[in-house]
Amino acid sequence: MSCLDTIQAYGLRAIGIGERRLPRDEFTLCEQFTLIGSGMMWNIYFGLLALCAGFFLATAVALGKAAPNPWLRKPSEWFIFVFRGSPLFIQFFFAYFFFLQLKDPLPVFDVFTAAWAGALVVLFFNTSAYTGEIFYGALQSIPKGEVEAADAYGLSGWSRFRRVIWPTMLRLAWPAYTNEAIFLFQSTTLVFFSAFPVRGQRGDALYYANYFADKTFNPFIPYPILAFYFVLLTLVVVGLFGLVNRRLNRHLPQASRARLKLRPNVIR
Amino acid sequence: MFFFCTDPSTLPDWQWMACYLTTTKHMSLYWSVFTVLFLLAVTAPAALAFGFAGAAAARSKFAPLAWLGKGYIAIVRGVPDIAFFLFFVIALDQGIEYLRHRALCPDWSEPIRQGNDFVVCQAAKMPLGNAPQWVHEGYGFTLAVVTFAIVFGAFAANVLYGAMRAVPHAQLETAAAYGLSTRQTFWRVLVPQMWVYALPGLSNLWMVLIKATPLLFLLGVEDLVYWARELGGIKTPRFTDYPHGDWRMWYFLALLVFYLLFTRASEVALDRLMSRLSHGQATTAGEAQRKAAA
Repeated sequence: MSCLDTIQAYGLRAIGIGERRLPRDEFTLCEQFTLIGSGMMWNIYFGLLALCAGFFLATAVALGKAAPNPWLRKPSEWFIFVFRGSPLFIQFFFAYFFFLQLKDPLPVFDVFTAAWAGALVVLFFNTSAYTGEIFYGALQSIPKGEVEAADAYGLSGWSRFRRVIWPTMLRLAWPAYTNEAIFLFQSTTLVFFSAFPVRGQRGDALYYANYFADKTFNPFIPYPILAFYFVLLTLVVVGLFGLVNRRLNRHLPQASRARLKLRPNVIR
Repeated sequence: MFFFCTDPSTLPDWQWMACYLTTTKHMSLYWSVFTVLFLLAVTAPAALAFGFAGAAAARSKFAPLAWLGKGYIAIVRGVPDIAFFLFFVIALDQGIEYLRHRALCPDWSEPIRQGNDFVVCQAAKMPLGNAPQWVHEGYGFTLAVVTFAIVFGAFAANVLYGAMRAVPHAQLETAAAYGLSTRQTFWRVLVPQMWVYALPGLSNLWMVLIKATPLLFLLGVEDLVYWARELGGIKTPRFTDYPHGDWRMWYFLALLVFYLLFTRASEVALDRLMSRLSHGQATTAGEAQRKAAA
């Protein structure tokens, strides 16, 4: 089988299209590259959707935590505490068994016992909590002169938030938010290693890398391939976030622009 | 455990629960809490040592050593750590067996990698095939500790490297002006001053380390996650005196609460430590303390 055939057979294997049987012997480099790459689709799917949806909840949670009203503040504080204080791995397990229990009285929850929906919900809440804390920190460090200036111009309520507070919050939070996005993509690899079952061997990149390592008893090929894909993904994320960062800082003089600084990744 | 536990099926609720929660298997669950604590107690200093070595190497004037240190720090950045966990456990195991194989069976002629198999001679197996069960468990746990130390050492190296660069450069120049050698400057000026700068990063790392301990489960250690899955599953009257439905959700809820309390307690303790260390320092935190007291 030539490499092109392999890509045709296994390129979309992770979403169930193509050859049903995974390769069993003579694992070629091409097969490993193709299958692990095809698994990356799940990592990107989980990361991208959780990130996009989490952005809005995180803004809400950060505003809630900064609110003077305790009915808004307390729930936000607890939300952040629970999701940041416990391991993501345990959250996956708990959520899976929770949905499993809910399924019996409420059949609606059946979809959430599958990884594509259930794990997405967990990742969504998790990243919302981490991002919410970042946004909250940024809200606290908005220069008070900017808010006073907005007041002086007669801006208040929604228009003050939309035109002054929100853009400044994003600008201050952006470097930390970039790191959070990188961690989020990396923690998507935990999904199929926690409780969520892999159906029909449709797993993510780490699932296939682990499959090859188990079968060949040689970790020195599949894991570096996985590392290669993730470094690539990280570079793309950094590039895209850098573009947004440039736009957020475009009104500032060159010297005071916030540089994107990358910090090491963090497990949750 | 209790005297009234002889026939659980006749007990009222609270006594049934008391007996249920003190069965031998539950005792194993409680012991695995100590496994987690032990792992933390061993890994934290080991990771700090790895991190210190990595940071010192990255600062080295000797280029290959600096590349080694920087590479060690950089490689963990872009790749999910769980991949490292899965990788190092096999890689370390095979590395040890390979070295023992070369040392113990010099006249072995066949290749070690035969297709999809990794074959070493009997004497090189680690642990030996006839070793007792606890040796196997201990070996697995040691591999897990070393893996954790390598991965978290890279994080610690990054934190310490940053802290070393945060020490005001004038301090090092002053040391040089006083005629201290590079080594003396490093040990007597740089290292004592860097800890204040390193503490926020290190305490963050400690929280991350706590939250990474459930991954022991993936390394094949019988930890909290293992027992929670084991004990929570449906139990029928045929196999146990304490039949119950699927309680895994409750077991994992308990684990969630356990970790929440653990991280919260660490947070409070680390805040105290930080405020003690900043006392009298020329930093924002130290200045705030001085103003509050005045």
